[in-house]
Amino acid sequence: MKKIMIPVLVVAFMVSMLVIGTSCKQEAVAAETNVTLSIMVHGVSITKEWVELFSKEIEEKLGIKSEIELTPGGAEGETIMKSRIVSGEMPDITTYNVGALLRALNPEKNFVDISNEPYAANISEDFKMAASVNGKLFGIPLAPALVGGWVYNKDIYKKLGLEIPKTWAQLIDNCNKAKEAGYTAILGTFGDSWTAQLAVLADYYNVNTIVPDFADKYTANKVHFSDTPSALRGFEKLAEIKNFMNKDFATLTFDEGVRLLSEGKVAHYPMLTFIFPTISSTYPEAVASLGVFPQPSDDANVNGFTTWEPDGWFITNSCKNLEAAKAWMNFMTSQEAYEAYATVQQISGPLLIKGLTLPSNTSPIVSEIQSYFDKGKSAPALEFISPIKGPNLPQICVEVGSGMKTALQGAQDYDKDVKKQAQQLGIEGW
Amino acid sequence: MKRFAMKNITKSTYSYNYLLPALVIYVLFFIVPTIVSIFFSLTRWTLFDWEFIGFENFINFFQESSLNIGLRNSLIYGALTSGLKVVFGLLIAVFLCSEIKTKNYLRTLIFFPALISTIAVGAIFKALMNPTRGPINQILEAIGINGPSWLGNPHLALFSVIFVDVWKGVGIATVIYIAGLMSIPPHYYEACAIDGGNSFHKFFYITLPLVRPAMNAVIILSFISGLKSFDIIWAMTGGGPGFASDVLASVIYKQYINGFYGLATAGNVILFILISIIAFPLYKFLSRGEVEY
Repeated sequence: MKKIMIPVLVVAFMVSMLVIGTSCKQEAVAAETNVTLSIMVHGVSITKEWVELFSKEIEEKLGIKSEIELTPGGAEGETIMKSRIVSGEMPDITTYNVGALLRALNPEKNFVDISNEPYAANISEDFKMAASVNGKLFGIPLAPALVGGWVYNKDIYKKLGLEIPKTWAQLIDNCNKAKEAGYTAILGTFGDSWTAQLAVLADYYNVNTIVPDFADKYTANKVHFSDTPSALRGFEKLAEIKNFMNKDFATLTFDEGVRLLSEGKVAHYPMLTFIFPTISSTYPEAVASLGVFPQPSDDANVNGFTTWEPDGWFITNSCKNLEAAKAWMNFMTSQEAYEAYATVQQISGPLLIKGLTLPSNTSPIVSEIQSYFDKGKSAPALEFISPIKGPNLPQICVEVGSGMKTALQGAQDYDKDVKKQAQQLGIEGW
Repeated sequence: MKRFAMKNITKSTYSYNYLLPALVIYVLFFIVPTIVSIFFSLTRWTLFDWEFIGFENFINFFQESSLNIGLRNSLIYGALTSGLKVVFGLLIAVFLCSEIKTKNYLRTLIFFPALISTIAVGAIFKALMNPTRGPINQILEAIGINGPSWLGNPHLALFSVIFVDVWKGVGIATVIYIAGLMSIPPHYYEACAIDGGNSFHKFFYITLPLVRPAMNAVIILSFISGLKSFDIIWAMTGGGPGFASDVLASVIYKQYINGFYGLATAGNVILFILISIIAFPLYKFLSRGEVEY
């Protein structure tokens, strides 16, 4: 009996494999009639809901299917991106940071040059500069403009009779008053060390206004953070905030911090405005009481926003269907795309595509930010003008912000970090 | 006739060619990468090209505070985790070899932490040690003590991680000790009792000398794993706050993800040398002290 069973089983197995094989083939044929692009979404700057809604719109209008893959942000995401590039397993389209981080990926080799595409003409000059390498444009913005500054609670300001500070001394004064009234004057979330950098990075408008050629000289190894008083000032400001922060600042994470901010317990949070869309979808009732102002300098006349370019969309060199990918990119710069965006996420900054109008679901902070932009009181953050950003800045800022190091020691350590990065990138003069 | 027999013996000896497959694999995957990594530690390289810079990476590694703190912390970490495991492992093992009813149950219990994934242990203790909402500080608060920020205080973070590492690893040390204790013949203890020795004598004159082989294994194993330790630190503090709890392995990993491949390679060479110059003499020294009755 056993001897008969074995051949029977073998035959049954072979037949079943044959059936599976043919059915696979049929599916493959069906998919070929429809174009599918693989899309990689990197980091936290865009929510999954938005990408899904978007790919649905694109499928309806252009007949292109999208296969979405999410990867983590931060240093971990950078590693994933680099290893995918080296192993040749890139998606057709991906999101990634622009500026210094983009250069580190060697885009001329790995991404498709889109300088001559018709939609490229409408992109704002600041974003173009940050998404270009050697005059070739590689990416389009995936979100409205961002600024770095101090998110503050308008209700607390009204209750305590405070005014938006124009100088650093006024800000410290406001913090003292908020602290006395029992609020957390400044929210610290050093559990996610990247959040510690804001007081240094958002100070760049002030540096740039006082020393207009800082970025060029810094890139050429002629000036440094520790020997330029106005640049060192950012580290000094960071060193001053320790006594105003919440008790658990050293371990509190970004997500927990956003919750505290939304609950109205916090007067200030030095942060990027990309938290506004997050707050509007998670804690909608909190949005109306939050605003943002630039990190003040020591001079009331020098007062403006440091801007961050949002991540961009890039076509990679492993894309096989270039026409479809370009149509995809074209749609991303359209009014329709931003209308779709506004249905899931509040618009929280000026749009980076010329000729588009703001959708109706727009945060009140956009007009506040726009008023600074209109007066020309804005400058891109250093990482979008210079290719060099030291990778250890988050940890160094944690050290300075929590009093383990002085501002000067922190700045000197950061200069060393910058030197290593410049040498690794092979930049001249280092 | 005799010569014929000799010839047969020579013929039946295995040829060295049989070693070839293993040798090729060993050279290709162990010897070549080791030599190549020593070379690349002297360069500044990217995935596409390299530049020879001599000992600059090593000089950086010893001079910069954010890098050499890893060296210092690794030595503290290795010595302290190893020392604590040696002491606590022995005490627990002696206790578990005595005449107690729940012996088998307790043996299982003490080994349990070693079975949990390190990352999970790290995540659990990170939550337990939260300064405001963590149960540890809530219990301390209930009895009137204002608990510190276990992982947020730069002077404390490394030691909090060491505590968790010992909690997790002491089970393995205990099992090694139990095996050593079981192999001590019971008649030594009987002889000691007849001579009028008490349990103090039994422990210091019989147990301790005869458990030395097991103790040496625990010291070497836990010291080397302490020097290489990475996962629990990464899960709990990420090397923070700042660089306060960075060890060699986490520094190396950070250099790698930051794109400083030359520095990362140099760090690995340093780790390799460090383990070699500490572990081999340590092993020699320890095995000299073993006794036999």
